[in-house]
Parts: sequence; C-alpha cells; structure tokens
Amino acid sequence: MGETVLRVSNLNVFYKNRDRKLFSKADKKIQALKGVSFEMEEGQVLAIAGESGCGKSTLARAIVGINKDYTGEIYQKYDRPQMVFQDPYSSLNPAKKIGWLLEEPLRVDKTRKWTEEERKKRVEEIMEEIELPLSMLERYPSQLSGGQRQRVCIGIALMRSPKLLIADEPVSALDVTIQAQIMALLQNLHKKHGISIIFISHDLRVVYHISDYVMIMKDGCVVEKGKTDDVYRNPQADYTKELLNAAGIRA
Amino acid sequence: MKNNNWKKILKDPYLVAGGIITGLILLMIIVGFFWMPYEPTKMNAAEKLQGASLRHLMGTDNMGRDIFSRVMYGSRVTLMIAIGTIIIGAGVGTIIGAITGYYGGMLDEITMRVIDALFAFPSILLALVIVSVYGIGWVQLLVSLGIAFVPSFARIVRGEVLRCKNMDYVENARLQGVSDIRMIFVHILPNIKGVMASSILIGFNNAVLAEAGLSYLGVGSQPPYASLGRMLSDSQQYMTKSPSYVLGPGIIIVLMVLGFAFLGEGIRRWK
Amino acid sequence: MEVILDVTDLHIEFHDHDLPETAVEDFDLMLGKGEIVGIVGESGSGKSMSALAIAGLLNRHAIKKTGRIMFEGVDLLTCDRKTLRSFQGDEISIIFQEPMTSLNPVKNIGWQVEEALFIHHKEIKKEERKKRAIEMLKAVGLENAEKVYKMYPHELSGGMRQRVMIAAAMIGNPKILIADEPTTALDVTVQAQIVELLKKINRERGTSIIFISHDLSLVSQLCERVIVMQQGNIVESGSTAEVFRKPRHQYTKKLIAAIPKIEL
Repeated sequence: MGETVLRVSNLNVFYKNRDRKLFSKADKKIQALKGVSFEMEEGQVLAIAGESGCGKSTLARAIVGINKDYTGEIYQKYDRPQMVFQDPYSSLNPAKKIGWLLEEPLRVDKTRKWTEEERKKRVEEIMEEIELPLSMLERYPSQLSGGQRQRVCIGIALMRSPKLLIADEPVSALDVTIQAQIMALLQNLHKKHGISIIFISHDLRVVYHISDYVMIMKDGCVVEKGKTDDVYRNPQADYTKELLNAAGIRA
Repeated sequence: MKNNNWKKILKDPYLVAGGIITGLILLMIIVGFFWMPYEPTKMNAAEKLQGASLRHLMGTDNMGRDIFSRVMYGSRVTLMIAIGTIIIGAGVGTIIGAITGYYGGMLDEITMRVIDALFAFPSILLALVIVSVYGIGWVQLLVSLGIAFVPSFARIVRGEVLRCKNMDYVENARLQGVSDIRMIFVHILPNIKGVMASSILIGFNNAVLAEAGLSYLGVGSQPPYASLGRMLSDSQQYMTKSPSYVLGPGIIIVLMVLGFAFLGEGIRRWK
Repeated sequence: MEVILDVTDLHIEFHDHDLPETAVEDFDLMLGKGEIVGIVGESGSGKSMSALAIAGLLNRHAIKKTGRIMFEGVDLLTCDRKTLRSFQGDEISIIFQEPMTSLNPVKNIGWQVEEALFIHHKEIKKEERKKRAIEMLKAVGLENAEKVYKMYPHELSGGMRQRVMIAAAMIGNPKILIADEPTTALDVTVQAQIVELLKKINRERGTSIIFISHDLSLVSQLCERVIVMQQGNIVESGSTAEVFRKPRHQYTKKLIAAIPKIEL
C-alpha cells in the first residue's frame, strides 16, 4: 500500500478530425485531453466523473494502451491493466462460448504457458468470484442477461489477476437493481484482492460508495480532484456542484 | 437444442427444397463413382441420337453414347471444378479481405483498387485470356476461374471485418494481448461465417455457370471426357433433331444451380 | 379527476414460437387528465409492451391482445386502423429510449418535428407549420431553434436529440405522452433536464404523461402515482410517496434498495 501504481503527467490526446473536406489541407486535430495529470496509489479506487465527451473514456483508452497517439507521460508500475467496457452487449464476442472467452487471456499469455487443466481450474475459480454457475461456460453471450454478461466481462478482465482495473461506465447500460449487484461485486473484488480500480461514470450517485478519491472532468480538463468525501461535502468547482445537483445530492 | 435445430430446418421451405435437390444431384454423382449404366465414352454407331427410353434414360448423343452416363460423369467434373474454384476464390479472397480490412491504410487502398479493377473485368473474359496465354487444361481452368472469384469474396470479407474491427470485443481481446493474426482468424472471422456460407453457395452457382460457359466456349474440359457445359455446347446443333440431348445436361445444370441457390437463401434467412 | 385513458385487463401474448409467451397479464391503468403516472420494472417486465399496446404499436399478427384500452370512448384494441391512425402521433404520442435511432438520419430536424402536423393536419400551410415547429423547438428548450430546424440528427448531442423527439411528439398537442425510458441513454445532468422539461410540459399544457423507467428514484421525482411491474404482472401500485414509504411487495423493496443512497 501507498506505492504509486499509476502516474499520468501532462497527458494530451489528439483525435484526427474525420469530417475532412475535400480540398482542406492538413487534418484538423481535435484535442480530447488537455494536460491531464494525476497519481494513484496501490489499492485505491479512483472515480472519474464527467459528462459524455469530457474525455474520460479517452483517458481510459490511453492508459490501457488502445490509443497510443498522445503526448505526456503515463507511468505504470504493472503491465497490462485491464478494462471493463460500458456495453456488455458488444464487448463479448458473439461467436464464442463463455468458457472459451474466459480462457482466451490465458491462451495468449506470453509470460507463462498454461496447461489445459490449469486453464480450466482458473476459469472455475473466476466463475466463483463472479458468482456465475459453471453451467454457463457452455453458453453463448446472446443467451445471457445484461448483468450476467457484465460479470463475464469482469471475469475476463480478472483472469490474469491484474493489479489495475479500469471500469468504463460498467453499469450505465444496466437496470438499477442489476447495477447494485455489479457494484457490490466490484467492491468485493476490491476488498478481497486489493486491486486498484479506476471507475468511470457520469453518475455521482453510483461512485460515492466505492471510491476513495474522485476526479471531475470537463472538456478534456480536470476540474477538481480530491478525497471523495471532501469533494461531495465541499465541492469547489461550479461544475462539480452542477453534477452533484443533477444526481440529486445537494452539498 | 440439436432437435430444435432440425425442426427449424425442416420448417424452412428453402432449406428443405435446396437440401432435396442438392442431395439428389450429389447422390447421382456419388453413385457415378461406382456404377454407371454405360461407359460414358463408349460409342455405339447403331444407337445414334435416340430419344429417352428405358434403355437410355436421357437418350443417346450423335456418337451413340449414353447421355445419362455422360451427365453423371459430367456433373462430377463440373462439381469438382466449381469446388476447386470456390476453394481458391474464397480462400485467397478471405485472406486478402481480412488482412486489408483489418490493417486498413495504404495497403487497403491499393489492394482494393486492384480488386475493383479485377471486379470490373468480366470473369469469363479473364479466364479466356489466361487460357489463351497458358493453354487449355484443368489447372489453367481452375486457376483462371479461381482468380476471377477472388474479388467478390475479398470485398465481402473486408466489409464484414471492417464492421467487426471496431466492436468492443475486439478491443477487449487486444487488451488480453491477442496478436493481430489470431485476432483476424480466431476472433473476427468466426463472426462472419453466416455471411460466408451464403456467399460461398451463391459463388458456387456462379462457378458452375462459369465452368459451363467456358466449356461451352470450348476452353473448358476437352472431349471425349465431358463436363456439363461441354455437352451443352456439343448438343446445340442437334437441338431440333433430338431435344433430349440438350435437355439432359441442361436440366442438371438448372437443378444444380437451383439447389445451391435455395440452400444459400435458406442460410441467409436463418434466424 | 377526469379519466382520459382507461386500460382494463390487458393481456399480451406472443405467438412467435411453438409455445405462446405471456408478456403482460391483467394490466390495469387509469390515467387522469393532466396526471403523470410512472411504470417501473426491469427489462422484460412488460412495461414497454403495455405502453406500446396503448400507443397502438403492437400490430403484428403473432401478438394476441385481449382486454380494453378506452380512449375518448373508443377501444383502441378493437377499433379500425383508420381511427387508430388518427390518434397516433396526434392525440397519443410516444418517445423512445434511444434518441440516436428514433430519428431519421437523412431528414432535417424541421421535417421530423413537422411530420405529425403534416399527417394529421393537412390544412395547415407550410409557413405556419414551420412557425409552429420552431415554437415547439423553443418550448423544449433548444436555443436558436431556427438553426436547429435546419440541422440533421448526427449534428446534435444525445440530450438535444431527445429534446427534438419530445418536440416532435408534442407538436400536435397530444392528450397523452408516453415516455419509454426517455433518459436511460443520457448523462445524469441531461436526465435531470429532461425530467424538468417533462414536468414543464405537463404543467403548462396539461398533457397526461405515462413515464416508463427502471429507475425508481427518477420516477419519484416526476410522478404522483406509480405502478411497479415484474414479469408481466403489476405487483404494486399507488401514490409514489406511499409506495416509497411503505413498500409492500418484496420486489418494490428491492428496487428501493437499489437506489444508491448517499448520506454526507
């Protein structure tokens, strides 16, 4: 505890403007992140909140390495951070069975070779963690409900015991009752394994209980960051107040 | 689960009709390997251009050869060439389409323009050019038809790969450390097997027709061993004298194409 | 209160597969003039199906519907197509969850907003239609409505698109507005704005609203009365305050427990 797992310094991310006119010269670049800096300690849960378009997903993509077109520095203590996506309907390959999907991270593991039995054993462990019956291994994603799929997504992310997990709006597409279950699951996993979690959401109600720290973003900039309790009790930026109001939390 | 699938198949008129027609044709071809009423190349001067009868189910041709036996043999040749064509066309096309679609960029632009050019070229003409340069023969026929079929498969696969490439599950797999090649062939391609199955069946039809067309033009298989197209071409001068000569191979070509077309439509509608 | 819509014993059954599947059972709803009623339940609970039936949008042959949906002395389940059509979009309007796909991408916003007027009130002139559409766009809180009028759906944000949907639904000044999860796909800040907008419409125009959601906390902000559905059945109904204070059914308790509670 206490050691830095992730340090982002002065991160700028640009996107190419796709809407290019026929004769206009160079591509215009849109800046999605403007000098974002923050640090995260091991075992922390950091919530990143903001409206769609504020750059929170861009930040996640830069950290996990899907988007490499950035300037600035991202220091990570461990390799291969994992990510859980928002839409559990598009983040599981529809042509593969759940068991196959869970085994895949082990099959492509370059650090060590997993035998068939080891893989099976690990999958069973994970199925227990994500509280799904083993019979589901034989099913296809389309035969699962949204909440079950999101559990599988979390399971896939956990297969190789990552030290940092990024959850990008993992519950926004789910019903409220299911949301509560998934949040409970994430909280459990955090307690049990001490994984550092970055939790991205547009809803400040959702992140309150799970997060130690919260960072509010708007238009690619960090508006406010601090301990969750402090920010909720005593928000500094107007935008934070607006978000809190919208979530029905009046400070 | 399995039982349900069967029920669903039996309920679909396209799959049932296609299955029956294709099944009969395949049965005829398979039986032809072991037994044929007559030797397909054996001539008989006494029985020239006879109509259909119990002795000769589809009559005889201008050299007194039994047409039914020749059709049995000819459909085998036609089917083999069609299968070979599709294996080459779909195989090469899938690889090109998947790789260009997945990587995109300059490689994609150039390859697709070449494919477009190839596509704009009538396939029969292309085959004619290849055959006239490299001579007539099985291999040339297969290769030229195969090349002619690459563009359509490359395009279909490229489009599907482009669609799948930006799905979350592909990014998810990339985060696990899946390599590009594994991504294309293990993660993405299984998702397009439905589209592939129906386009293979449709392509199959075109291959049967293209082979028949080329043989009809005289650059396909050579006498005395005949494919269906070749027989059709031979028979046309006797069309009025002995209609059963034309009808035999003609009907089989129609049935073959129809059967595959039904199957293709059935698979396309599946689910 | 004057009753404007009276649904009794609504049953909806699907006959797509070998065994008929019941989607909605014994659904009753009385909607007063100017009232906002919430229907809460998880996906698959039948809440959207009931709403679609009321809007007359469940017309496939494979769907069997029984019961009565009385609106202005007509049973919407048995009336002829023409009568139903004359109500749809004019007297009864519906807005959907996904503002991205419910708008036609190749038509400009003005066209989509005017559509209902064009269909139901052919006598209105083009200029008048445009004037009303722009007024309506302003009424749903879109600033510089003239500019928005000429724009296309992809140029708008999710929240703006949902406002456009509401404008299009409200242009004929309907008596009933059905809102099927109108805020689920939106950010919380925008959600709150849309809820405010619906309140304003209800207040100023006296439109009755059926608000469908899976989020009980949202419903409690907007509705006086709430119906809780589970697996096609109504498990609880009553005034929102009452249901919140003393939930009787196990499932309602679960829904209330699922609302994230924050004590600072």
